[in-house]
Amino acid sequence: MSNIPENLRYSKDHEWIAVDGDVATIGITDYAQHSLGDVVYVDLPRVGDKFDTHESFGSVESVKAVSEIFTPLGGEVTEVNDGLNDAPESVNGDPYSAGWMIKMKMTNSGEADALLSAAEYEEYLEASA
Amino acid sequence: MSETELKRTPLNDAHRSLGGKMVDFGGWDMPVQYKAGVIEEHLRCRTSSGLFDVSHMGEIWVTGPGSVAFVNRITTNDVTKLVDGQAHYSALTNEKGGIVDDLLVYRFGEAKLLLVVNAGTTDKDFAWISSHHSDADDCTIENASSKFCQIAVQGPNALKILQQITETPLEAISYYHFSEGAVDGVEAIISRTGYTGEDGFEVYADPKFAEQLWNKFLDLGGFGSDAGILPCGLAARNTLRLEAAMSLYGHELGDDITPYEANLGWITKLAKGDFIGRQALAEQKEAGLQRRLAGFEMTEPGIARDGFDVYVDDEKCGVVTSGSPAPYLKKNIGLAFLPPAFTTAGQEIKIDIRGRKVGAVVVPTPFYKRQK
Repeated sequence: MSNIPENLRYSKDHEWIAVDGDVATIGITDYAQHSLGDVVYVDLPRVGDKFDTHESFGSVESVKAVSEIFTPLGGEVTEVNDGLNDAPESVNGDPYSAGWMIKMKMTNSGEADALLSAAEYEEYLEASA
Repeated sequence: MSETELKRTPLNDAHRSLGGKMVDFGGWDMPVQYKAGVIEEHLRCRTSSGLFDVSHMGEIWVTGPGSVAFVNRITTNDVTKLVDGQAHYSALTNEKGGIVDDLLVYRFGEAKLLLVVNAGTTDKDFAWISSHHSDADDCTIENASSKFCQIAVQGPNALKILQQITETPLEAISYYHFSEGAVDGVEAIISRTGYTGEDGFEVYADPKFAEQLWNKFLDLGGFGSDAGILPCGLAARNTLRLEAAMSLYGHELGDDITPYEANLGWITKLAKGDFIGRQALAEQKEAGLQRRLAGFEMTEPGIARDGFDVYVDDEKCGVVTSGSPAPYLKKNIGLAFLPPAFTTAGQEIKIDIRGRKVGAVVVPTPFYKRQK
């Protein structure tokens, strides 16, 4: 069973979003890291890059495959997790904490309300299983 | 669209109970990895031992007085050089010198050879071989793939593990040689071969004993302990063979790729007499190659993948055939077809990774060579 923390928001692309004021912290879910397998490389944007909703902002590579990661909401990147350069395996071992990827200042913080709750994401996973 | 049922090896249940993540591999339902994951499986095979179900591979018997001459006519290596109990790596080639498949040829006797071919190409190979076979060849061919399970135990501990359940003295079997003998009381072919770059054995037996042998290897290898044997899925099999720079059909090898292009000149014996594709290969050798397989490692962050374009001086000049992180070497490596002038070690190249040109350098292969 996937670990789906209650306090986070989720996207159908299997990202999690932690909202704090107008800043969103984004990573990929336990389900996503498990499907990918051992993550060996994470390609992230630069601070200051701007993205619309559902734009590819980077990629996560496992030994076998590469997956694009999409912005669940629009905004400007304010911080990236440089720790993933040296420890991409954090995405597997600790996807909701050390494995965070970027922080964004949201263009429209209302967008966050449209994201899935933990219960909705769990339902979504079950439905697509 | 009708969904064709995936083929299963006799170890399918065993893979599932070990938590194998099952995928469709050329029509076979196979584990891509188990619970430990590809990196741990890969490392364990290098440092301890890894266990592989390769029962999906195809086995074709060639028997009768004309066997050696027949197989010599359809493959590139010189079958007359094999002695009883010896095997060699070879290729089936078409008239253009392209590789229909790569294979192992085992000599049991002058009238008995076993061809071991790739899983996904077994039917194609058997049809190809049949179409070049007639009564005049004075031998019989039989697709015996369903009569064998094949389990590979590979890595520095492989010999020690296998020796506990066989009286056959394994030290006496040289690399690319084999012996027939009992393994855990089961009649088997014990072959000192593999696809990992490690020492190890491939054991062929009746499929009904597959689970017995598999479980025995896990037990004796200390599966579950920190440095014990691990079952390895297709993902680790691929990264292990890539570190050892061994070719994979459909990537480095194919119907429009010749052995010379794939650096397999060493198994292409033009002097042995005629064989299918010989003329085309002789012409290519004379004329020189347009492309040749080379190994590279990334010098900038990024992972090359199969099909990515290769650039030299802003000019597209080749394509990646296999690319992956190398778990043991901790580098990102790959194989690519390049113009021969660019295949010298030290040549700087760029790999087009989703629109970004990322630096890499040609290096000697194999990337990984075990310490003997």
